Amino acid sequence: MSTFYFIAFLSIFFSILVISAKNPVHSILYLVLTFFTFTIHYILMNAQFLAVVNFIVYMGAILVLFLYTLMLINLNKESEPRKSGLIKLAAVVGGGCFLTTIIAALKAFKISQPVMLQDPNLGLVKNLGKILFNEYLLPFEVSSILLLSAMVGAVLLATKDPKTT
Amino acid sequence: MELADIIIKFVLVVIIFAISLLIALYSTYAERKVAAFFQDRLGPNRAGPWGILQPFADGGKMFLKEEIIPASASKFLFIAGPSLSIFTACIGSAVIPWGQQLTIGGHIIDLQVTDINVGVLYILGVVSLGVYGVMIGGWASNNKYSLLGAIRAASQNISYEISMGLAIIALLLVTGTLSLRQIAEQQHGFWAHGWFTWNFFKQPLGFLLFIVCAFAETNRTPFDLPECETELIGGYHTEYSSMKLGFYLFSEYINMFVSGAVMATLYFGGYNFPFMDLIHSPNLVAILGVVALFAKIFFFIFFFMWVRWTIPRFRYDQLMDLGWKALIPLAIANIVITGIVITFLNR
Repeated sequence: MSTFYFIAFLSIFFSILVISAKNPVHSILYLVLTFFTFTIHYILMNAQFLAVVNFIVYMGAILVLFLYTLMLINLNKESEPRKSGLIKLAAVVGGGCFLTTIIAALKAFKISQPVMLQDPNLGLVKNLGKILFNEYLLPFEVSSILLLSAMVGAVLLATKDPKTT
Repeated sequence: MELADIIIKFVLVVIIFAISLLIALYSTYAERKVAAFFQDRLGPNRAGPWGILQPFADGGKMFLKEEIIPASASKFLFIAGPSLSIFTACIGSAVIPWGQQLTIGGHIIDLQVTDINVGVLYILGVVSLGVYGVMIGGWASNNKYSLLGAIRAASQNISYEISMGLAIIALLLVTGTLSLRQIAEQQHGFWAHGWFTWNFFKQPLGFLLFIVCAFAETNRTPFDLPECETELIGGYHTEYSSMKLGFYLFSEYINMFVSGAVMATLYFGGYNFPFMDLIHSPNLVAILGVVALFAKIFFFIFFFMWVRWTIPRFRYDQLMDLGWKALIPLAIANIVITGIVITFLNR
């Protein structure tokens, strides 16, 4: 349990550094560390497959693309848009409302009912694969169609419209 | 775990680490000798007999050169880049089974640091992490050439990781396990049940895809565009000097060694060799197995060098075309064909 609290502290610490870092490339690197702590969380929960996939997909691919984009944009203090005071005020009000909602939601949640794992070996590749392809086959396939449609949409956005050119 | 086991594991880790560094050290010498052979020259021959002390002279030079950190560079990340690069290069060898079990004085010694049951995915994870060292170093240098090198490295690694993953999926259909130890055990001997046991003979196309991707992931010619000196001076390590440059170069050779070990384990039987069942002493089989594995790894390292001094560098658009338009469709076709064949064989 103490390992969990230590890793949870690190997750929150690095995610605060993500939003407080001045340099966007630094904040992406902190985000990488945050995702790494998530990987450790998954391992602590014995979900090895999820841990490794989180490592490969999020840390190894998605965040590399984030970093790639930010390196090209080269944001710095001079190019950052000036925000007016009104927008800042609106952000503070919005954030406050969100915090209140979260606290209210957490109060309704009963702490005495922790989620129990029915099968501690559920996270191993074989068991996970059997469950995904037997019990949850339909949601699994539907989510793959969702990803496909997102990909087609991204390609469509990236290609130029032949009529306008 | 007993104290003896912990000591054995510790010694094993130290030995593997030392061997990785030693092989990386002598790969630099071998590379220059191989290059000399291909170009009909002599190669390094001044330091010691046949120039055999040349790597140590180079290493000493690397350590003693002046260390320069550019004034406009981000200092912490500038140092973190090469450190991360050599770190990710060294941790890949943790899941590779180096041989069968040795029995010495009643102790069974596993010649593998750890046998995690997602070993193949661990290798992929380490590979995907490897690009950060190059990207961070290239960006922190605050130099346009370095940045371009870093960006090239990122897009190249991400593109080729996909076909590498797809090639591995086809292999996993054959093996049915993610543990490298079990994959190596399945390839026991050389011939069984009327077909070769080594996965290369079951997945020839998969191996071809994997080795092409391995060249791209280790940034070796013909895919060494991140450090393409005709366009980018030195690419991501333009601003580096002294041992920080040494780390970048060193990690490339360690990556070659580890990827050679991975390819030997996944496709060429790992520590298995033909007629191994004829030898009855288990310890002798284990030791000969280690020798066989290293022979395979050295062949792959030689193959990396052979290609480097034979094939010219790709152009960047050719690299992307090959990755996306040739390798990925081939890898998907390979998965489909493997799936159909396995379904028919299991009937």
